[in-house]
Amino acid sequence: MNSMKISQIQKMFSENPDLMTGFYENIFKNIESQNPEYNSITHVYPDIVKKRIEELSQIKNPQDYPLYGVPIVIKENIQKKNYSVQCASKILEGYLGQYDSTAVSSLEKSGAIIIGTANMDEFAMGSSNEYSIHGPVHNPFDKKRVSGGSSGGSAVSCALGFASVTLGSDTGGSVRQPAAFCGIYGYKPTYGRVSRYGLVAYGSSLDQISPFTTSVDDLDTVMKVIGQTDPKDATTLLHNYQGKKACDLAQIKVGIMPSLWSKGVDKSIVESINKTIEQMKKLGVTIKNIDIPTIHKCISTYYIIASAEASSNLARFDGVRYGYREENSQSIQELYTKSRSKGFGKEVKKRIMLGTFTLSQGHYDAFYEKGQQVRNYLKKEIAKAWDDVDFILLPTTPTLPFSIGEKCEDTLFMYLNDLFTVPANLTGIPAISCPMIEGDKETDLPIGLQFYAPYNEDEKLIGFAHALEQKQLFGHHRSDVFMNQGGL
Amino acid sequence: MIEYDTVIGIEIHCQLASQKKIFCQSENAFGNSPNYHIDPTCTGLPGALPVLNPKCVSLALRLALATDSAIAPRSSFDRKNYFYPDNPKGYQITQFRTPFCSEGKITLKSGKKIRIQRIQLEEDAGKSIHVGDASLLDYNRSGVGLIEIVSHPDISSPEEAIEYLKIIHNLVVHLEISDGNMEQGNFRADANVSIKPKGSPILGNRVEIKNVNSFKYLEKAVQYEVQRQARVLSEGQPIVQETRGFDSDKNETFSQRTKEDAQDYRYFPEPDLPDLLISEEWISSVKESMPELPQIRSLRYQDKYDLPVYDADLIASWKEGSQYFDNLLSRVSPQVTPKIVSNFYMAEILKIVKISQENKGTQEITEVPYPLDWAATILLETQKGKITGRLAKEVLDLSFEKNQDPKIIIQEKGFTVLDDPQAIEKVIIEITLKHSSEVKAYQEGKEKLFGFFVGQVMKVTAGKADPKVVNDILKKVLLGK
Repeated sequence: MNSMKISQIQKMFSENPDLMTGFYENIFKNIESQNPEYNSITHVYPDIVKKRIEELSQIKNPQDYPLYGVPIVIKENIQKKNYSVQCASKILEGYLGQYDSTAVSSLEKSGAIIIGTANMDEFAMGSSNEYSIHGPVHNPFDKKRVSGGSSGGSAVSCALGFASVTLGSDTGGSVRQPAAFCGIYGYKPTYGRVSRYGLVAYGSSLDQISPFTTSVDDLDTVMKVIGQTDPKDATTLLHNYQGKKACDLAQIKVGIMPSLWSKGVDKSIVESINKTIEQMKKLGVTIKNIDIPTIHKCISTYYIIASAEASSNLARFDGVRYGYREENSQSIQELYTKSRSKGFGKEVKKRIMLGTFTLSQGHYDAFYEKGQQVRNYLKKEIAKAWDDVDFILLPTTPTLPFSIGEKCEDTLFMYLNDLFTVPANLTGIPAISCPMIEGDKETDLPIGLQFYAPYNEDEKLIGFAHALEQKQLFGHHRSDVFMNQGGL
Repeated sequence: MIEYDTVIGIEIHCQLASQKKIFCQSENAFGNSPNYHIDPTCTGLPGALPVLNPKCVSLALRLALATDSAIAPRSSFDRKNYFYPDNPKGYQITQFRTPFCSEGKITLKSGKKIRIQRIQLEEDAGKSIHVGDASLLDYNRSGVGLIEIVSHPDISSPEEAIEYLKIIHNLVVHLEISDGNMEQGNFRADANVSIKPKGSPILGNRVEIKNVNSFKYLEKAVQYEVQRQARVLSEGQPIVQETRGFDSDKNETFSQRTKEDAQDYRYFPEPDLPDLLISEEWISSVKESMPELPQIRSLRYQDKYDLPVYDADLIASWKEGSQYFDNLLSRVSPQVTPKIVSNFYMAEILKIVKISQENKGTQEITEVPYPLDWAATILLETQKGKITGRLAKEVLDLSFEKNQDPKIIIQEKGFTVLDDPQAIEKVIIEITLKHSSEVKAYQEGKEKLFGFFVGQVMKVTAGKADPKVVNDILKKVLLGK
């Protein structure tokens, strides 16, 4: 029986490239039959994949390609030439990538096959994947519930086994939160670890391309490929991801903030976390209480900064050079106004307005500038925590996956869903969401456990998650959800 | 009548002559078909990112050094947000909060210093071309590196404004920072003009004059504006803070946009670019590789070649010309002295340049339109005595006119010097026979007549006779020796 794990696929195909054709036919068949129910994939490219397989079959030393024949799905905001980069928006209807993002070219250079693009919240703005021109994505554990967002399509595509690895983008939790909702791993690297070249920008100082996988080893493998410095992105770090570091759990100290999740977090989430903490203690991990008071200011800070940057980043979608254009315009102003009013969805417009306001004359100091100050303050507070602990443990989300349509109009609820994830983006540190082995008792919905690590300590964090995974703390697999994962 | 002080500040936008654009890898080139030099970054495609081209910084640093400015070891970029079709990202990357360079100065001829408030790095926009009902967009210029040079309001007359502009223009051209071509929009200047009662410390409302594309028009626009403001004030009206354009047919400025319409650019730090760090090493390497400034070059001409200040300044003032002079001098040294080369350059070569300008109907001449080899030939042949100084001019004119090697002209036209003593003696004897009364007068002490005889010899030999030989023989013959 085959699996979707990278190492096994890579081994299988490098020994026998001929198997690829049948395998990929199978993947596309699965997508065709299951996608209508989940709506996680927006476009597939069987013809391009066919050519790609032929190309890969010619390679003489496939074993040297760490992702040889490995299927990958990318969020619809990551460029690959001739693939949709619609960003789930009307304003980019029919728009195809004009060039390859650095992440995609790195994956392909390593032998990966990009099979298609994933659904998302429009321009990565949302926490439920309901704000999409393609319609909502359905949770694999309960189709009536949301997948989480904004990278919901990528999360579900990975959970359903359409691909070994899927890429999302994480600006305030957009990978970790859907990973938690879908029972898989979601990893937000240190800011600058993965090149943003070719990722359609939302909040440039927060965005990171981030992978979903079903194992920590796969995360490690894919990070080695995409975690590289890039001359096309001036904000990338200067050295490459080196591979996970060995971890002796008995030497590890983990900081927790129970008071933070005592209010406003689902009881079952708190229970699961406490259980996992007890297991960690048994494994020799030291647990310490810490305090990061500024964390309470993070949501407002995040929405000010992200919206400000978004208001500028999304200015290029103006109907002039590409994308949706309102043709019946008498002036350039009218063309802008009509194209953007009709082209953007409600949530996106809300954030553009918010960001435009906070940057405007007379308000900049009170909002954007103040936001940057809070951000610097938070950085210092978290940096201080590293004197006492190696990692910080947090829930990924305060709630279980909610029902589709339930919270659509509840902006505050939606924004608060990012409470535990945004601090990592604001400070640039790496963070991982791991699927705890036990889900919610009543519904069996998955629950994510999150760890933060110091800036630039990606290798240490992945090594730690790997050590816990080895001790069976993670992996909330259910055969009906992960049927493609083990049963091809 | 109240007397007013004029207060002028100038903003210059100057394109950097880097091979590539400032934030992407497209060529910075003029004159290709529209949208030829473009890429995802300078056309604002989704997901594209800017990366700073350090060559642009090095060029900009030359001006910082030449204006004795403070160079910030750490500066940063900002986004200036506005919608316009030639602005593909919806924002321009510029340096709003911390420019890389501030508080420089230049000195006018009068000795007055004009302070430069800041020099900042930024990117140029594309071009909108309106054809009938349609608007076409060309992004070849989009993302070309610019420096914006902002003066303090230290300038107090239209004449000073133009002098300031010319000094900056000279600097950027000589330092090879920019092509400085105003017609192509490489070098653009806006002036902020206000007036205030003489001696008053309070500045009046200022008017910005924009989009004037020559020094001459800018001078006229500023002159007009100063008079207009004085008239408005004398009528008891306030000066409206606004942006005005210049109508070169009417020689008038006209209102384009008032302060109320002014845009809010919503500046904020550019998150895609890290801070710009400029090390001492970087500054020193720029210093070392920097082309020579006109003032420095003039001093070199005075010190090393002993040229008079007038010659040195004149030659040094035009970059291409002084390079020509340097090369010519090195070709003909040591046979020909620097002063002879300088005379030849100023009198003859610059004459040719002027003719070329008139023929082409433009002041923008980027090279001396006469081959260096040919000029060297003429100087050397003159020095050897093969042709006379007078013939040299004729040879040069003919050679330039016909675009022909002066060697050929000298041969074909028989322009070679007549230095055969016997032939010259023959001519001289014929002349003395013809003018026996003048010979007598000379012999009686009217020595001034010597020149008359030389003139006659030259006339007969069409200027080809070697003056030295003529002198020697003429003396002998006249004195009857």
